[in-house]
Parts: sequence; structure tokens; C-alpha cells
Amino acid sequence: MSINMKAPILSLILLFGLMGVWEMSTPSVKSAENMTEYEMLMGGASEEARVPPPSAIVTKAVEELSNPFYDNGPNDKGIGIQIAYSLYRVLTGYSMAALIALPLGFLIGMSPLAYKALDPFIQILKPISPLAWMPLALFIIQDSEASAIFVIFICSIWPMLINTAFGVAGVRGDWVNVAKTHELSTLRTAFQVILPAAAPTILTGMRISIGIAWLVIVAAEMLVGGTGIGYYVWNEWNNLDLTSVIFSILVIGVVGMLLDTFFSRVQTALQYQE
Amino acid sequence: MSQVSKPLINVQNLTRQFPSPDGEEPVTVFENASFEIQRGEFVCIIGHSGCGKSTILNILAGLDEASSGVVLMEDKEISGPSLDRGVVFQNYSLLPWMSALKNVMFGVRARYPSWSKSKVKEHAYKHLSMVGLGEGAEKRKPSQLSGGMRQRVSIARAFAIEPKLLLLDEPFGALDALTRGTIQDELIRVWDDTGQTIFMITHDVDEAILLSDRILLMSNGPYARVAESVVIDIPRPRSRADIIHHKNYYPIRNYLVDFLTSRSKNISVKAANCGDTRDLKPETVRPGLFKEPLSTSDAELKAVDINHSGLTQTQLTGAQ
Repeated sequence: MSINMKAPILSLILLFGLMGVWEMSTPSVKSAENMTEYEMLMGGASEEARVPPPSAIVTKAVEELSNPFYDNGPNDKGIGIQIAYSLYRVLTGYSMAALIALPLGFLIGMSPLAYKALDPFIQILKPISPLAWMPLALFIIQDSEASAIFVIFICSIWPMLINTAFGVAGVRGDWVNVAKTHELSTLRTAFQVILPAAAPTILTGMRISIGIAWLVIVAAEMLVGGTGIGYYVWNEWNNLDLTSVIFSILVIGVVGMLLDTFFSRVQTALQYQE
Repeated sequence: MSQVSKPLINVQNLTRQFPSPDGEEPVTVFENASFEIQRGEFVCIIGHSGCGKSTILNILAGLDEASSGVVLMEDKEISGPSLDRGVVFQNYSLLPWMSALKNVMFGVRARYPSWSKSKVKEHAYKHLSMVGLGEGAEKRKPSQLSGGMRQRVSIARAFAIEPKLLLLDEPFGALDALTRGTIQDELIRVWDDTGQTIFMITHDVDEAILLSDRILLMSNGPYARVAESVVIDIPRPRSRADIIHHKNYYPIRNYLVDFLTSRSKNISVKAANCGDTRDLKPETVRPGLFKEPLSTSDAELKAVDINHSGLTQTQLTGAQ
């Protein structure tokens, strides 16, 4: 059996094994008939809150995913709507970052002077936790929605900027000479030689950025509130609905994986072998 | 080559200095290199590493600038790269994200921006077939081609832009001997068909004799010079198999080897120590016309005997 066939089988065994252990280690909730009056009054909850078993999460997932877009007011929206809000913020902030980082990175990569002059700024701004910008953003922008988008913008700009500059600066001199000996204009050189040559490095930066943006949006929405998957997690925690919390954690993982897979596909398409 | 017609390329007193790493006086790689290239001529340049052959080629290509001196092409000074001067680099310099055909089309499109896509493609494909590529190989990317095939693509790209001067920087340096032979044959054939003017760097004496009308010999650097211009008096068409049986082959070969092994060292020292080398054209030598076969050791003496106007006193004493 090839390794490609063995691996998924092993994955499934691990999945069911872990879920089995988890399921069995979770004490079942007593049915209503066996409850004391006190327990009934307490809503069936035991004194210690317990992590729900996988079966409860699967049930929850089926229920939520069968009607993902319902809207019953501010605190009760379908998971699809919450994800859509988060994706909207991530993609807006991310696109704005790309619009600035890619051309700027290109210029920095082309000019050793700009590279050296801007490097200290980049080095200081890059390690700042994006959430540290939140108070400043809220004060200046005075809009929580836009502030969340700004936080995404500021966290996704650095990897794209640095990788674009690095990729452009690292384009082999031979290829630039090919452009020169063919009398290509600066613009044509940029688009026909340097961009395709640097594309794999640039895409790596874009892939890192989208990963970070998706990590940060959950935390940003927990702070900002209102809508989005981050708010949803926090809201369900406040409702003490751990089943929903675990379900949404899984959804965050799946969406993150899909975003990463998309960029990985694009990266493979632009990759070339020397 | 008729001496009456104006040369295509006229190199006058070319000097190139590089700043030395310790900030002292700049290092002069070569000095007062002067030579001409006629239209349709195939000229090779030979010299040891560090004599500045590649720098000369890069200056001709417009990728490097001389510290002093000029290069005239059709009486106009060249500045910067131009499609009139095509370059084939030693490391092929193909764009790895494009197929072989696209690489050639890249050149054709730059040269003839007004052409339709189908015409560009047709022209590119024609030149790829000229170097023996096609029938599927043109669709492959450079990474899927062998070194020899990559260099063929690179040569096809250079010929396809139909430059006035083609510059080849050790094009076969990275290839194995068998592949090199095949591509040399192809290069000769394409050159015969197109009448292209070619200036080529090589380290390989046999390759130079097989391909060129004339070989420029450079002395060792620093202060290297283009010392001699050796005419290859062997009729064309030449083939690798037959050329070694020609009576002029070994006299020429011995002369070249002798220059590279012993005389090239001394000339530059002399040049550095004495005299003004400006406007000194390389001496023309025709070892193929020596009356009797030479042994390597007395090559330069015979050269003087037969070619009275040939070697100067400086060069002779330098050789001893």
C-alpha cells in the first residue's frame, strides 16, 4: 500500500480514536426524570461545568450548518453570516495592505537606497502586535468596524512588503541583463521579467499575511464586538455554550485552511524551476 | 574580408579600471585595447582568466562601461544595450518561467513590436528549428531541457532578433565535449546561412580555429592588451572531422598554444613597464602561411622570419 493510501487511513483512525476517548471521558448528563428538584432548578447543570462530548458538537454542527444564514437579531445570527462578516473584514484590510505593500515593496526592492532608508521603520513597526494599534485606531478612526479592518491592514502589510522587496531585490542579474539587451522599457522589465521572477517570493509573503490576518481577526472581533466569528466565540462563551465555542473553533480552523490552500495553489502555479 | 569596406565595429583604446578593494589605486584590467570587426566576420577572442575578455564583451553589449576609449558601431559611438547587439551568455540566461518557444518569442517581440502574434511565433519557431529544436521540445521549460538544449534556445533567441553583431560569451563553456561539438556545427551552419557578424569569447583553442576567421589574442591581466590578431587560413566550409587534416591546422594551433602558455605572460609586463600603447593595433599574424611546419618552441622566431613587419621588437624580446 502506498504512503498516500496509508496516511488518510491513519488519519481516520486517529480521529475516531481521539473522539472515542473524548466521548467516553465525558460524563453523560442525567435525564430529567432522575434529577433532584435542586438539579432541575439549576437547569440540569452539574456543579462543575463540563466540556461537551464530540457527539454534542456533531449535532450542533449539523444544526448550524443546515441553516447557516438565519438572522434572529444582534446576538443570534447563523455561523455563515458571522464567517461572512469576518471574511469581509479580512479581505478588505488584506486587499488594502496588498495595494500598498506590493507597489511599495517593488520600489524598495528596485532601489537599494530606499531599501536601506526604510529598513529601520519596517524593523520597528513589524514586531508590534497588531492589537496594540487598536486603541489608537479607535481614537483616530472613531469607528469600531473600520478599526478592525485597520488592524487587519496593519498586520498583513509587513510580510507582503518585506517579501516583495526581498523577491524583487533578489532577481538574478542575468535576467535583468536579458531585459536590458532586449531594450525593454522600465515598465515592461518590471512586468515581464521582475514580477514573474519575484512572484513565488511575493506569493509566500501574501500567504503568510493571509494566515496572520485570519489569526488576528478573531482577537480583533472579540475586542470590537457586534459581528464576526471572533465575536461569536466570545458571545457563546458568555452564554456558557461550550458546544458552540468548540464548533466555532473548528470552523475557524477550516476557513483558515481554505484560505491557505487557495494561496498555496496560486503559489504552485507561479512557481518555476531554475 | 575586404580591407576597403568600413568595419562594423571599431574599438579604440578601450581601457577598463576597477576600484581596488583597499581603496588604493584602481586596478587596470586591460589598457588601450584596439581592434576592428568587419561585417560578416566571425572573430574569437582568447586569453587567460582575468584578462578582461568578458569585460570587453560586456562593454560591446552595453552592459558595462569603459573607463576610457570608445566603441564605434557603424561610426556611431555605442552607449547602453541595444537590440543591434545580441548576447548569448555562458549560463544561457533563459527566463525559467517561460517555455523554450516563449523565450525566443520574448526576443522577437522586443525586436519587432509591430508583428502579429502568429508572425512572432512563426519566426521564433523557425529559429528554434534552425538549431535542431522543435517537435515538442519548444513547449518545455528550461528546467526540463538539458544544458545543450538550453544553450540552443539561447542561441536561437539571439539569432531570431537578427542583430548586427552577435556576442557570445563562452557559450559552450558549461557543456560536455560531445554536445559542444554538435552545437559548434550548428552554430557554423546558422552563421553560414545568415551571414551574421559574431564576436565570441572562448577558452578552447580548437573551437576558436574551427569557428573563426580571425582570433584576437589577449595578454594576461592586469594591464592586458589585445596583442595579436591571428588569421585562420583554412578554407570554409570547415568540419570538425576534416579540419585537423588541413596543413595549416597545426601551425596555427601551435602558434596559439605557444602564445597562451608562454608569451601571453610577458607582453603585459612589458606594456606596463614601458611606452605608450595607445593607437597600437594588434599585429596581424598568419601562421597558416608559414613556409614550413613549426614546432611549438620556435614558433615565434619563425613568425618573425616570415612576417617581417609582424612582431615588434618589444614583443620579441618579451617572448624570450
